[in-house]
Amino acid sequence: MAINIKESEEIVEDVLNIYPEKPRKNRQEHIGVNKKDACGSCVAKSNLKSLPGVMTPRGCAYAGSKGVVWGPVKDVINISHGPIGCGHYSWGTRRNLANGVPGVENFMPFQFTTDFRERDIVFGGDKKLEQAIHELKGLFPTTKGFVVESECPIGLIGDDIEAVAKKTSADLNTTVIPVRCEGFRGVSQSLGHHIANDSIRDYVVGTGKLDDSQKTKYDVAILGDYNIGGDVWASMKVITEMGLNVIAHWSGDGSIEEMRITHEVNYILLHCYRSMNYISNYYNEKYGIPWIEYNFFGPTKIKESIRKIAALFDEHIQEQSEKVIEKYEPKMQAVIDKYRPRLEGKKVMILVGGLRPRHIVGAYEDLGMQVVTAAYEFAHSDDYERTTKELEDGAIIADDLNEHEFIELAHRLKPDLVASGIKEKYVFQKMGIPFRQMHSWDYSGPYHGYDGFEIFAKDMDLAINSPSWKFVKPSWKK
Amino acid sequence: MRQIAIYGKGGIGKSTTTQNTLAALAERGKKIMLVGCDPKADSTRLLLGGATQETVLNSVKDVGQENVTEEDVFRIGFGGVRCVESGGPEPGVGCAGRGIITSITTLEQLGAYEKELDYVFYDVLGDVVCGGFAMPIREGYAKEIYIVCSGELMALYAANNIAKGVLKFANSGGVRVGGLICNSRNVDNEKDMVEAFAKKLGTQLIHFIPRDNVVQRAEIKKKTVIEHETGAKQADVYRELARKIEENEMFVIPTPMAMQELEDLMMEYGFMEEYERTTEAAAAAAAAAK
Repeated sequence: MAINIKESEEIVEDVLNIYPEKPRKNRQEHIGVNKKDACGSCVAKSNLKSLPGVMTPRGCAYAGSKGVVWGPVKDVINISHGPIGCGHYSWGTRRNLANGVPGVENFMPFQFTTDFRERDIVFGGDKKLEQAIHELKGLFPTTKGFVVESECPIGLIGDDIEAVAKKTSADLNTTVIPVRCEGFRGVSQSLGHHIANDSIRDYVVGTGKLDDSQKTKYDVAILGDYNIGGDVWASMKVITEMGLNVIAHWSGDGSIEEMRITHEVNYILLHCYRSMNYISNYYNEKYGIPWIEYNFFGPTKIKESIRKIAALFDEHIQEQSEKVIEKYEPKMQAVIDKYRPRLEGKKVMILVGGLRPRHIVGAYEDLGMQVVTAAYEFAHSDDYERTTKELEDGAIIADDLNEHEFIELAHRLKPDLVASGIKEKYVFQKMGIPFRQMHSWDYSGPYHGYDGFEIFAKDMDLAINSPSWKFVKPSWKK
Repeated sequence: MRQIAIYGKGGIGKSTTTQNTLAALAERGKKIMLVGCDPKADSTRLLLGGATQETVLNSVKDVGQENVTEEDVFRIGFGGVRCVESGGPEPGVGCAGRGIITSITTLEQLGAYEKELDYVFYDVLGDVVCGGFAMPIREGYAKEIYIVCSGELMALYAANNIAKGVLKFANSGGVRVGGLICNSRNVDNEKDMVEAFAKKLGTQLIHFIPRDNVVQRAEIKKKTVIEHETGAKQADVYRELARKIEENEMFVIPTPMAMQELEDLMMEYGFMEEYERTTEAAAAAAAAAK
């Protein structure tokens, strides 16, 4: 059923009406009603300071650098430089899976921090950092390097982590990368992605070599797949079956060794545009490597993406790719036949980071569901340009959607599913609304690729059609 | 117990003035604690005869805040003054401001403020550059501020800035300015100018300390003038300042000036006139020589 544009506009107006004049004007610019041919930034303004006093869902620059971009690189030791909390609470929560022997080739299961104390603030933490790197190199001699992620106090007291990185990398003959991702920088975690991309550019890009004998014309790199619940493995399965050769995948189950030789590939396949467009552009500028965005959520988008990628290559790959589609289409049809009758017409509200609110729409639509709200935490205007054509007319698009607005919209839109993060989960479940975590896939996954869609469909069915909801009534049904 | 903080431009003579005044107060039989709040840790050397002292922050670093003892950080100086140095990081690293906060909370934990004291003095580095350096004047600590200055523009400029810092805490807490102490640099019209400046700030010039080399001589001997040349005229100057502080009843919320106002004041008191006169004379002499 088509969404009534006028009704959506009234709902948005009602939700904003509780604000005093100034904040109402501010938030009005960030929430809009979709029209497929509208310009994205006309629907919602983005990448601006959150409104003071509201409960924003946003994170910080450290979350963007450590949590998203650098954190999943498994063969380096990520050091959270500062007091204990940032490191501890970002430990494993994003569910970036990684292969390899723990402590030898995979340091993902561990959490390393300099555990700042009062005296480190007063006297500076540079010596402690140096000592930590030396100790860690002793304990884990096979590590391929260190990434030092600054927490807030480092920027406040002006610790010179660049000097420590330079000294320790010379002393220990290893790579030590300082990342200036103090949490107070920028308006959201988005700046953290950029800072991390810049540190990769400055310390990693082009530092390795792939032997000519190993190169093929089908060499590609996958960027912006964080292997949440095994996503990158499911994606690689498809891409490999297409006949392509994945030389490197960032940063899910990733390694700095692969990052060092990424400049040797022929194409970069970019999944999360928001967090890795910076480095993709750099490869393009410096090495002339083209990059292409793709979307591996749901069979419709997967098929489109396979064909889009295959078009870059020769007939051999194109033939292979069609075979891949042929092979999986019946399986996917079986999944749809099984779940679509149970999910048809269900309404979804999405609030996630900077990519999925538009990327995952196709997967819901494959199951006959309707996305009525797509909201981002930290997207930029280029993301909104990509969003308007993915959604139905009349769907609500929102930037930096805060707690009040999210809850009020849910009251009005009466969704059958809310898809967001851990901070939102229990709020909506207590309201009696089925919920799925769309940052970490709850405890499930993968959701990428053909394998992922089957799990995705099952999870959505489990959430929405669980008999337990009979015991909780949404507030509007009471 | 009165808690007093001394602020002023770097190099103006805060530490020298403070220690000499404390020596004079001690002569009057007062029980005093002096807290040096400068990372260089040189606020107590005249009272201690140059004896080196373990700083609070070094102790915190070595044994942890909860294990610091009184014996570690207190030294008794001239006249029974209890001396303690906050200390701080080496230049260019860490956070000296946080250091002062840590240091003062450590002293509290040691019960240093619960002793029977007549005075606690804080000798604070330069300007109120950040929250840490304002720690001594927050609620519950120093209620009186004395600003050491001279008639030089930059010293007055710094004094004015300090007044701005104090103003913020004066409005939210109980801190007040007790007066300016002019440590003379032999600037023209110095006393009148600082007096006028003090009036503009809404406070008083509590004392004018003339320049006297006996202070430098005593310093070389690592002593206060009171101890080194107890009969010297300059010793009486400090005794007079000590008496005035004891008897001071003028505590005000300062009214800092705009920069232009400050420059106009300098003009009025002949600083600029003198400059113009000499440059004009030089120009006239040059013209005559031609």
